[in-house]
Amino acid sequence: MSTEKHTTHELPFWRKYIFSTDHKIIGIQYGLTSLVFLFFGFCLVMLMRWQLAYPEQPIPFIGDWFGDSNAPGGIMLPEFYNQLGAMHGTIMVFLGIVPLAVGAFANYLVPLQVGAPDMAFPKLNMASYWVFFAGGVVMLASFFLPGGAASSGWTSYAPLAVVATVGQTYWLFGMFLIITSSLLGAINIIVTIIQLRAPGLTFFKLPFLVWAQLVTGFLLLLAFPPLEAAAFMQLMDRLAGTSFFIPSGLVVSGEILSNTGGGSPVLWQHLFWFLAHPEVYVLILPAIGIVTEIIAVNSRKPIWGYRTLVYSVLFLGFMSFAVWAHHMFMTGMGTTISTFFQTTTLIISVPSIVILTTLFITLWGGKIRFNTPMLFALAFLPMFGIGGLTGLPLGLNATDIALHDTYYVIGHFHYVVAPGTIFALFAGIYFWYPKITGRMMNDKLGKIHFFGSLVCMNGIFFPMLIVGLAGVSRRLWDGGQQYAHAQGVYHYNETMSIFAWVLALFQLIFIFNLFWSIWKGKKADDNPWQSTTLEWATPTPPPHGNFATPPVVYNGPYEYSVPGHSTDYLPQNKKV
Amino acid sequence: MSLEIIPYTIEVREDTGVNNAKLGIWLFLTSEVMLFGALFSSYVFLRIGAASWPEGSSILNIPMATLNTAFLITSSITMVMSWLSLVEKNFSAYKKYMLVTILLGLAFLVVKYFEYSAKFEHHLYPSTNTFLGLYFLMTGLHVLHVIGGLIMNIYLLLPGAKMWQSYPERFTNRVETAGLYWHFVDLVWIFLFPILYLL
Repeated sequence: MSTEKHTTHELPFWRKYIFSTDHKIIGIQYGLTSLVFLFFGFCLVMLMRWQLAYPEQPIPFIGDWFGDSNAPGGIMLPEFYNQLGAMHGTIMVFLGIVPLAVGAFANYLVPLQVGAPDMAFPKLNMASYWVFFAGGVVMLASFFLPGGAASSGWTSYAPLAVVATVGQTYWLFGMFLIITSSLLGAINIIVTIIQLRAPGLTFFKLPFLVWAQLVTGFLLLLAFPPLEAAAFMQLMDRLAGTSFFIPSGLVVSGEILSNTGGGSPVLWQHLFWFLAHPEVYVLILPAIGIVTEIIAVNSRKPIWGYRTLVYSVLFLGFMSFAVWAHHMFMTGMGTTISTFFQTTTLIISVPSIVILTTLFITLWGGKIRFNTPMLFALAFLPMFGIGGLTGLPLGLNATDIALHDTYYVIGHFHYVVAPGTIFALFAGIYFWYPKITGRMMNDKLGKIHFFGSLVCMNGIFFPMLIVGLAGVSRRLWDGGQQYAHAQGVYHYNETMSIFAWVLALFQLIFIFNLFWSIWKGKKADDNPWQSTTLEWATPTPPPHGNFATPPVVYNGPYEYSVPGHSTDYLPQNKKV
Repeated sequence: MSLEIIPYTIEVREDTGVNNAKLGIWLFLTSEVMLFGALFSSYVFLRIGAASWPEGSSILNIPMATLNTAFLITSSITMVMSWLSLVEKNFSAYKKYMLVTILLGLAFLVVKYFEYSAKFEHHLYPSTNTFLGLYFLMTGLHVLHVIGGLIMNIYLLLPGAKMWQSYPERFTNRVETAGLYWHFVDLVWIFLFPILYLL
């Protein structure tokens, strides 16, 4: 092997920017695609929020875009509402947040932070993106099928999903592609971290984001295959007439189904949640990693309890495989099993609290800079905190029975994922933008984006907790209007909807800022935040092969305010 | 090009004891364990919950499956031999062993074809009962893995073998990696055979 720099012959445009094997280009591709999907998924829910706030009133302006089969006269049909709900969840989780948190951030940052020239398998990396892209296309295309897209929720519970329209088959094929993509990505990330660490970069000198991505990689690697198996089984139930998930004597629309029966709908739930609970940690761990980096840099202090953080995240990853059935307390699987999963669920909350505490203590006595990435990172802490604490009553079997099918659950996990994870991802975008483009994003616009989003997010999700505690079901297309117990809280629907639409306006500011700053942003040098980690030791933007000279690491990742130094930070590759 | 700039593509990293491809294939195989593990677990779950369960041996053809087991186990041995031949720099022996591996894999598929078509002739379909559904799903997925392995081995025997001239060490690693996958496919069958045919 030669370490000399790769010859700088120019690749044609399509090889350099479209079918690129460079981890940075692939990271940007993942980032932009997933941002588009995030916004699209948000648009779906904005439509749903019209229906919830003003049921049976025609959608203004765009109501006649959806055709008579979905919204005759602009008034949304329940079937269409169900499609929007199922696809909102699917798109946000599998095509929005995971590809952004893992596909974009891990691809762009992990090789830079471990001091590698690229990912371990660049061609697999490219394949991973394009397979993901194909999965997204299949999901979007399913809206145009007769009967529309999948409409059985993002969880695709059997037997409802088995007897659903053809959109569900597309959903399954889309999932096969997404699972394949994440498998390729996960292998690549793990191998890169274990094998391509620069000389001197021992495991306990890795930035915490790398640790978080390592654990995330293992979760993706081990949790997705059972869903793939389940998807094969559901596909056979739909196409080959098997009865894996169909109980005997199932009656659909007044007729007994011709399948032989003998299957178990609960089996689907087990297999699905075996994926989907670790998936929650796939959503949250990269976010915690990003927030850790930003808090360390912007409070000019080492992370308090770095090893504690690492052990917590390892324990969290391990335990996340043993809690899945707390989503299933209502299935009647028995009190013994429920007690087991209730116990593991309470145990897993301990490392989460440890992580939050560590980050809060890091702030103590720091010289905090309140720039846009730091604001988002700081807001992540209490928002994720609310999300986590509201989860405790759901983890306890007895209280879950009252809360499970209400808006409380929606409020709970959106607090974790929306003002939690998405804020962390925004923080990451604002923070690493100068490395990617060579320019800073506008701080004033960033702050408007931040404060607007913070207020709106809480305006949407806090009322959900109230509505849920009043007992309103989360699956009603009219928001519970027809129920007596919903009358006292029904008016919150309008509040939540208005906050949702205003939130969209604040995102337009972000989109404008994202593009405007490419050309007009303030110019940034190679290390604008005075950070210690290796990605800031590259030229900006990092060239093919990343480092001008292969880096050697001497220091830990968070050497800020080291006594006796001229600067308040000590880069990882600086020999003292 | 990637070969020049990415470290540990061929040589072993000292502190981890593996090269990139070796670690990658092991990770891939753990993920495969989870895939088949989920199917085996589903088998147990459905069987425990079933009112009645047919005897596999009364529906399925044990002699044919035994023959197939012999084919796959032998092919695993020849796969190892083909890799060892490369380690000993004996390229012609490699070609012979690899060809035998491929032929045994093809023989497995032929036997499987006769098994499947016999089932269809007797009107035994995946939809007949849950046992047959699982039989077709699990063996079908395994057959897909066999086909994947065959494509890979044929590539390594014919066009891919050119690499022996340019990067002999890397080619040897490739055959070893392919071998690990092939042994895994063999191993899955070793579990499928008793569970579906005998229990």
